Amino acid sequence: MDTMLNVAAKESDIGQATKPVLELENLRVSYYTDAGRAIALDGVDLTLMAGEKLGLVGESGSGKSTMALAMMRMIKPPGRIEEGRVIVDDTDLTALSEQDMLRARLSKISYIPQGAMNSLNPVLRVGAQLMDAMKAHVPDMPKDEMQAHCIRSLESVDLKANVFKMFPHELSGGMKQRVCIAIGILLKPKVIIADEPTSALDVVTQRQVMETIDRVQKQIGATVILIGHDMGLMAQFVDKVAVMYTGRFMEISPVRDMFLKPAHPYAQALIRSLPNLENKGVFQGIPGIAPSLLSLPGGCAFHPRCPFVMDICREQRPPFETFQENRQVACYLYTEKARS
Amino acid sequence: MSIRYVIRRILFLFLVIWVAATIIFFIPRLSTRNPVRQRLAELARTGGFAPGDIETMVASYNQKFGLDKPLLEQYFDYIGGLAQGDLGVSLHKYPRTVIELIMDAIPWTLALLLVTTILSFIIGNLLGAVAAWPRAPGWLRTFATPFVLLQGIPPVLMGVLLLFFIAFRLKALPLGSAYSTGVIPNWSLSFALDLLAHQILPALALILGSVGGWVLSMRGMGVTIHGEDYVNFAEHKGLGPTTIFRDYYLRNTLLPQVTGLVLALTTVVTSGIVVEQIFALPGIGTTLNQAIQNNDFLTIYGIVLFITIAVATLMVAVEFIYPLLDPRVRHT
Ligand SMILES: Nc1ncnc2c1ncn2[C@@H]1O[C@H](COP(=O)(O)OP(=O)(O)OP(=O)(O)O)[C@@H](O)[C@H]1O
Ligand code: SF4
Ligand SMILES: [Mg+2]
Repeated sequence: MDTMLNVAAKESDIGQATKPVLELENLRVSYYTDAGRAIALDGVDLTLMAGEKLGLVGESGSGKSTMALAMMRMIKPPGRIEEGRVIVDDTDLTALSEQDMLRARLSKISYIPQGAMNSLNPVLRVGAQLMDAMKAHVPDMPKDEMQAHCIRSLESVDLKANVFKMFPHELSGGMKQRVCIAIGILLKPKVIIADEPTSALDVVTQRQVMETIDRVQKQIGATVILIGHDMGLMAQFVDKVAVMYTGRFMEISPVRDMFLKPAHPYAQALIRSLPNLENKGVFQGIPGIAPSLLSLPGGCAFHPRCPFVMDICREQRPPFETFQENRQVACYLYTEKARS
Repeated sequence: MSIRYVIRRILFLFLVIWVAATIIFFIPRLSTRNPVRQRLAELARTGGFAPGDIETMVASYNQKFGLDKPLLEQYFDYIGGLAQGDLGVSLHKYPRTVIELIMDAIPWTLALLLVTTILSFIIGNLLGAVAAWPRAPGWLRTFATPFVLLQGIPPVLMGVLLLFFIAFRLKALPLGSAYSTGVIPNWSLSFALDLLAHQILPALALILGSVGGWVLSMRGMGVTIHGEDYVNFAEHKGLGPTTIFRDYYLRNTLLPQVTGLVLALTTVVTSGIVVEQIFALPGIGTTLNQAIQNNDFLTIYGIVLFITIAVATLMVAVEFIYPLLDPRVRHT
């Protein structure tokens, strides 16, 4: 197993230099509610290389989970993927048949859910919940081999082999989350999306679970999207941070740049609102409230709250463009500068 | 499940039976009516023997049934008899014992109720689960609706309607009784088919009356389970719809539904009794009805006590299988 993993890691090292593993092209998702159409993901573009780790932040309702679910093709009515493509490792997931998409889940792209507390079936043993995934994806593998593989997967997330025989209610929250991770990496997917994987855990367990994700990610060389609110925790584990607002990316920058000199006014406000030694943990909110998706302001969606708002911001939506090496932003402050 | 728990439940079961038996013993004896006298007076009215004999007969019967002893002594005799499975002697069918009458009747009732209860539980739960399953095709999901509507009809009316339309008007199935008149029960295929044909309508009346209830409760349950995180995660794992439906969805509704089944047991028994009457089938219901018509009090009490014991025992038995249905249930 170890050698297998090492090979995978080496392959990914080679892959990293050559071509992207994940590409989102103009991905658009709407929810059709009684109150009207809410565009929860408004034309998102993203490219990640093998082994890259992206942190995705943004306030509640900004569309982070929607993006993750769209990538898994798990948007359910009243929601709909209306446009765009999700390309994982040269396969366009949006073009797959329902049947092929079932196979792609877990083997090409896997999702570690937000609510790990209730993400395991209470009436099935942990082992059965790993085995059913194996049976769905590699039905021809002999049973004992399957079981050995599942137990190795549990051990790789620091769980004991006997967890295989246990029921979810016998596990702690952290252990349940580890089981979810073990399931997520079972088939060594190219892309792992972890949606607030630690939100229900205590601080110590949060760290340990994050370290586990970090380690297995390195072992299998997967590209990771880590969704979360805790920017401090995230900063230690990701390479890049994407800031989302009203279903759009506002900025994607390497983690250092994002924390030291955030470019987008919204990103600046987010970073400023983080507790630090200077403000002694006094919470600094962002003035104004997030707009309703049903009645988004025209132009730049952030303009009613932006201290630097210009005329053009009210009229046209700023394009999401590269303004420095490895940095993209959607703000006229930078396009104007670039032009002038 | 600990041994202590099992013992506690069984002791509790005996307590329930004892309380029921005691109530059934004392209630009739609190009234001033003497069932023996009443029965004999009735015989005298219909049979026409002199009233003078009655007093001597009452006395001799009272002695025979032990009704002349002090109440407490009668009570201990009764409980002692009960412990040995003795429910007394039928007043109407003397010298047959009540337990004999019950044993004659019970296979009929058991066959009908067992089959219909299990069938309607399975059909109702599957239809309800499908009705709540968003991925099920539309026509399949509306399939359950007529059953929900039928479920409002009480079993008496359902039985009569079936009899009238299918047996009487269409003449498609027999009107009633266990098998055709003039046929002698035997081990032939034609007799078996005849027997079956006579059971279809009563079974249908019971099934149609109860499927809808299961549909409703299962659909309610299914809708909540569908939103559960573990169902979502199962889809993220790439499991097929069949596996998710069976292992994540049905499996989690089993415990509450089996609990529902236990709670429905008494209704099952009462509608069974009614349906036996309507279709003139042999069984506990018919035996009970005859006993009531003939003022056969000992048989009435015996049957009531028997049903109480049977239902209470089933309830405890089902409780013992809960841990198999849901590992979170642990009996300690
Ligand atoms: N099933 C749904 N029906 C209608 N609207 C929905 C549905 N799911 C999400 N939305 C809307 O889509 C928007 C984005 O929701 P999403 O769950 O993606 O946010 P999020 O960034 O993950 O938030 P959080 O940080 O709270 O998890 C929200 O405004 C929400 O109201
Ligand atoms: S585009 Fe204009 S309104 Fe939007 S963030 Fe930039 S400066 Fe502010
Ligand atoms: Mg979310």
